[in-house]
Amino acid sequence: MTTTSIAAPPPVETLAPKSKPRPRSGPGSIFKYLLALIFLIIVLMPLYVLIVTSFKSGADIGVTSQWNLPETWTTASWEKAWNVLRPSFIRTFELAVPVAIISSLIGAANGFVLSRWRFPGADFVFTLILFGMFIPYQAVMIPLREIVTTLGIPPGITTLVFVHCVYGIPICTLIFRNYYATTVPEELIEAARVDGAGLLRTFSRIILPISIPGFVVTIIWQFTSAWNDYLFAIFLSNTRNGPITIALNALAGAQSPDYAASMAGALITSLPTLLVYVLLGRWFIGGLMAGSVKS
Amino acid sequence: MRKLRHWGPGLLLLSPSLILLAIFVYGLIAWTTKVSVSDEHNALGSKGFAGLDNYTKLFTEDINDRFTHSLKNLAVFTVVFLVGAMFFGLLWAFILERGVKAEGFFRTVYLFPMAVSFVASGVVWRWLMNPNKGENAGGLNAVLGGLGLDFAQSTWWTNPSWGMASMAIPAIWQLSGYVMALFLAGFRGIPAELREAAAMDGASTYRLYRNVIFPQLTPVALSALIILGHMSMKMFDLIMSVSGPQWLTEVPAIYVWQTLLTSDYAKAAAISIILLLLVAVVIVPYLVYTNRQEKNA
Repeated sequence: MTTTSIAAPPPVETLAPKSKPRPRSGPGSIFKYLLALIFLIIVLMPLYVLIVTSFKSGADIGVTSQWNLPETWTTASWEKAWNVLRPSFIRTFELAVPVAIISSLIGAANGFVLSRWRFPGADFVFTLILFGMFIPYQAVMIPLREIVTTLGIPPGITTLVFVHCVYGIPICTLIFRNYYATTVPEELIEAARVDGAGLLRTFSRIILPISIPGFVVTIIWQFTSAWNDYLFAIFLSNTRNGPITIALNALAGAQSPDYAASMAGALITSLPTLLVYVLLGRWFIGGLMAGSVKS
Repeated sequence: MRKLRHWGPGLLLLSPSLILLAIFVYGLIAWTTKVSVSDEHNALGSKGFAGLDNYTKLFTEDINDRFTHSLKNLAVFTVVFLVGAMFFGLLWAFILERGVKAEGFFRTVYLFPMAVSFVASGVVWRWLMNPNKGENAGGLNAVLGGLGLDFAQSTWWTNPSWGMASMAIPAIWQLSGYVMALFLAGFRGIPAELREAAAMDGASTYRLYRNVIFPQLTPVALSALIILGHMSMKMFDLIMSVSGPQWLTEVPAIYVWQTLLTSDYAKAAAISIILLLLVAVVIVPYLVYTNRQEKNA
């Protein structure tokens, strides 16, 4: 999934209330909680079906018994799904980890230049860069495949690392540009320049040490997008060498799919990104929002 | 010269990215455009220039009007998806903004679908939108039956006329939380003084929201609409996962893929370029507008 908006990122704290919320009581308040609770249940419903189905077996797995708890709980489908998905699960780590690290480094350098070491026309160049993250990738896929074939690059993880890094440049640049624009005072850079520090020195000595929050956001963002990507994967890899989304689609999309194994597979596929979301939620949201609210 | 020494190194550091994007975004788009005006209809390669034929044929000669059908599907999907996600996103943000205990928990749950891929959630949504009704109902139809709303049971995306509207349900489920997060940040970005001033003037809660708070959220709503709108036009993973590639639910992004499988490169390229233009019509004005706003700030 890729969603992003441009402009400056709100500090992540903006999602939390500024003052202590004033939960009020009264009939309006009960209605409010009731609504919030109903929506909570609706949002969790698909997750419930995923979980209960993944532990079912045999005749238990039917359309009419979808909402029922398993008659007997079994982990057989988890084992089956894991055996099918394991190679691609490992490959997806080999994809998502380098992508996250490389794109973040590129993004940090670009973002620094475009916010604090600017050149004439920097804003225009930035807009040209940003356009790259909104394009439907179908518009580059035909030549991209041809290049990959002509150069004799084997389809699979290496190719995917490269394309995710390239097409991740806009979003990572955006996140870091906004991060530096709001956290690094212009005077700090001026002072470094007066002291005779060049670009690389300023970047490595002054900027990088205070960039950790930016890195956390871009690393999470790129890891999640590479992990969840299906479009590049289907165009540039296959079930033997591709990431887990391809393998899951093959497992779940068969003519008469094994529903329990498909659901277990969907959960296995989602576990890493869900874990990241639960553990590092505020930074996850930081990437998600990458803007949309003026600073 | 001094000026150049001042900003030269920055440009140098940026240049690898610029070169990569020049090639892989703009260069490849130009290449695709070139293929789209060629007659490369099979794996044998191109023999010549076809002008805009590939484009006009999509609208006039496509078998069963397949392309216009995919555009119609996309339009239905987009409208339902945008209205749904904006509605629930705003409603959830509003509920949380009014002050709810354990707000962080609600927020985390509402937003969690964003962490899951469309491919994974599609696995369960395909099953939840099972077309069986009555006694054999499962998934959403079983819930509707259980609530006594049998009349609302649906064949979902398998319905040939309005099926695409159902395809928007998983998308709404997945992205309403995102819209909520945007609006919530918008609500929280409104200075407390504004609310206080309105309260001092004796404005009712209704008038406070109607005249003070909601107008402040217009830019957020605009961003949300544009982000969702461009996502919607590119929608691929979700539909591939829920229904797979098939006539009933085909949209241009999938049509490109299906056409490529037949090695009709020119036609696939023409569809991609139309898709790109659709997205650009929305995104370019937004980029220009944001750029200008930033300059004024």
